Amino acid sequence: MSNYSKQKFLSPAELGGFIVLAILLFVVLPLSVDDFRLNLIGKYLSYSFVAMGLVLCWGYGGILSLGQGVFFGIGGYCMAMFLKLEASSVENTAIQSTPGIPDFMDWNQLTELPWFWEPFNSLGLSLIAVILVPGLFAFLIGLAMFKRRVGGVYFAIITQAVAAILTILIVGSQGMTGGINGITDLRTLLGWDIRTDEAKVILYFVCVTFVFICLFLCQFVLRSKLGRLLVAVRDTEERVRFSGYNVDNFKIFIFTFAAMLSAIGGALFTLQVGFMSPSFVGIVPSIEMVIFCAVGGRLSLLGAVYGALAVNFAKTTLSEAIPELWLFALGGMFIAVVSIFPNGLMGLYNTYISAPVNRFYHAAVRFINKDKPVETLSEPLSEPESESTLGAK
Amino acid sequence: MFDGYTGSELMAIFAMQGFAGLILFSVLVLMALGLAIIFGQMGVINMAHGEFMILGAYVTYLTSLFFETYLPGLSSIYFFVAIVLAFIAAASLGAFVEWALIRRLYKRPLDTLLATWGLSLILQQTYRSVFGAREKGVSLPDWMMGSIPVTDMVEIPINGIIVMVLTLLITLSVYFIMQRSQWGAKVRAVVQNRPMAAAVGINTSIVDRMTFALGCGIAGIAGSAFTMIGSTGPTSGQLYIVDTFMVVVFGGAANLMGTIASAFTISQAQTILEFFMSGSIAKVLTLGMIVVILMLRPQGLFTLKIRR
Repeated sequence: MSNYSKQKFLSPAELGGFIVLAILLFVVLPLSVDDFRLNLIGKYLSYSFVAMGLVLCWGYGGILSLGQGVFFGIGGYCMAMFLKLEASSVENTAIQSTPGIPDFMDWNQLTELPWFWEPFNSLGLSLIAVILVPGLFAFLIGLAMFKRRVGGVYFAIITQAVAAILTILIVGSQGMTGGINGITDLRTLLGWDIRTDEAKVILYFVCVTFVFICLFLCQFVLRSKLGRLLVAVRDTEERVRFSGYNVDNFKIFIFTFAAMLSAIGGALFTLQVGFMSPSFVGIVPSIEMVIFCAVGGRLSLLGAVYGALAVNFAKTTLSEAIPELWLFALGGMFIAVVSIFPNGLMGLYNTYISAPVNRFYHAAVRFINKDKPVETLSEPLSEPESESTLGAK
Repeated sequence: MFDGYTGSELMAIFAMQGFAGLILFSVLVLMALGLAIIFGQMGVINMAHGEFMILGAYVTYLTSLFFETYLPGLSSIYFFVAIVLAFIAAASLGAFVEWALIRRLYKRPLDTLLATWGLSLILQQTYRSVFGAREKGVSLPDWMMGSIPVTDMVEIPINGIIVMVLTLLITLSVYFIMQRSQWGAKVRAVVQNRPMAAAVGINTSIVDRMTFALGCGIAGIAGSAFTMIGSTGPTSGQLYIVDTFMVVVFGGAANLMGTIASAFTISQAQTILEFFMSGSIAKVLTLGMIVVILMLRPQGLFTLKIRR
């Protein structure tokens, strides 16, 4: 316990990592790529929220959810519906048989807005819904599952079934959700055109800002006592239970938290890409989101961001160049990441770059301080172990 | 929902839909049997199971092509050859995968799930590259086509009957292999207590590999049967995988009776609901019901009472 209370919010190495990422996202990328590519990177970054959630939930909590697309999708749909309602004002939709409702509803012979979309006329309520609806949904799933002690592969399969159910529902109720096409043709946010190049650049910066807000939130959770307990639950659940903790509540919390993060990602995705469809909700996209987290390193928050960027970049590049190769590469990634480098890019970085650099640094310090008394050495030597001890499991 | 139907029409509807349900039931059982053996034995979730099934379907397709081209006289019996070949192909691939990948991951079930998903993507793309993205269908010999009229309104398709008989045979042989043969005794011993089984001289890693191969081989047979009722595309396996998992989890892993009972419940519920409402809502209702029941009874319908 004494060790835990002493730990700082960010170790020097982590602080360095945050600063490097901040420089990369805020300065280097906006200066070095054109607006189109920047928008793409913003889209990739909106996936990094899902990956961050999975780092907490899967990497630290040991709960593998194969249904994160559900929450990403709900968040995205909440945002998309607000934008769609704004885009389908009475003037814009005068040619429809019922002006003032979204076009897909009109095509499906709906004559008024379904009651559950009513709140989405207001931006405030929509933004609250982006967080709360997926949160509530995840809370209910978590409550039902973890209180009944459903875990492990069973939980994974059930979340997958939930993803399947939601996709079928969305596709099936075309009049209310836009069906397989999703909600398209989004134009303005409170009168501000989101389709222009400047808007996309601004939205990119909004997205990056949210990435950092969420990174700090996650870091806060991990550094708290709760983060420690999560690791304990992952490794020896029964022992934590017998120590008097209510394990289920921790699991429910972290699952809900991860769902809310995914939902934020979904909303930012909709804003930047300009549409939302069931193809981001189902089983296949949901499990693809797991690979973002796994490639980055399931124990590293920064890794989640890099993983989302790297995998999506590879996807775009490969599918543009040689489409057949992408599935081979993705499949290979899944296999490699579990059997060869389970801690992902960040694990590789820690073993092959960070650790040798540290060794070299300490050797250099020792060489310089050869004639001085030994006490000065003790402090820096004990430092580089925080992540690697966790990664050993 | 029963408005506008007379009593005899309703009976005919239930009979026809019930029979359609039985065909779906047969395919689900064939797929789920292999999965249940693998999951029950090793705790491994094989996400590539659907692709093993599709491998069987493609082998059947190739066999039918071969017979049409070189042995047109024997083409009425090609199906039996195809079943054997499908089993051999899927089982050998299964044994290889177990050796190359799965055995390294027994301690980490969640990772196995991801790795086999990766495998399924690779297999899908392989099928697409080799056979093309379009769906392939086999031409059935004449004696498998047509249907038998039972009453004026009820007709039973012959290929459905063949699928059901095949399922029955496979299920019985799996039962005998698992419950009556010496090899089955070894498998059950390993499931119940791995260290003790090893201590009395059972080579548990060989048992694991053979079990995995057997499960995959049965998936291959399922694929063979599948060609009789539908055409095969590179992603056909993925359509069934969630259903199959639900069957296995719902039935309680490691229990063949449970698997069969849950496959029956799920397929019947789905086909009968499908007649009265849209297919998508029927599917949602079925899946939703399973999820709710699993919340109430997480261990599934039937469980094996063993000490861990």
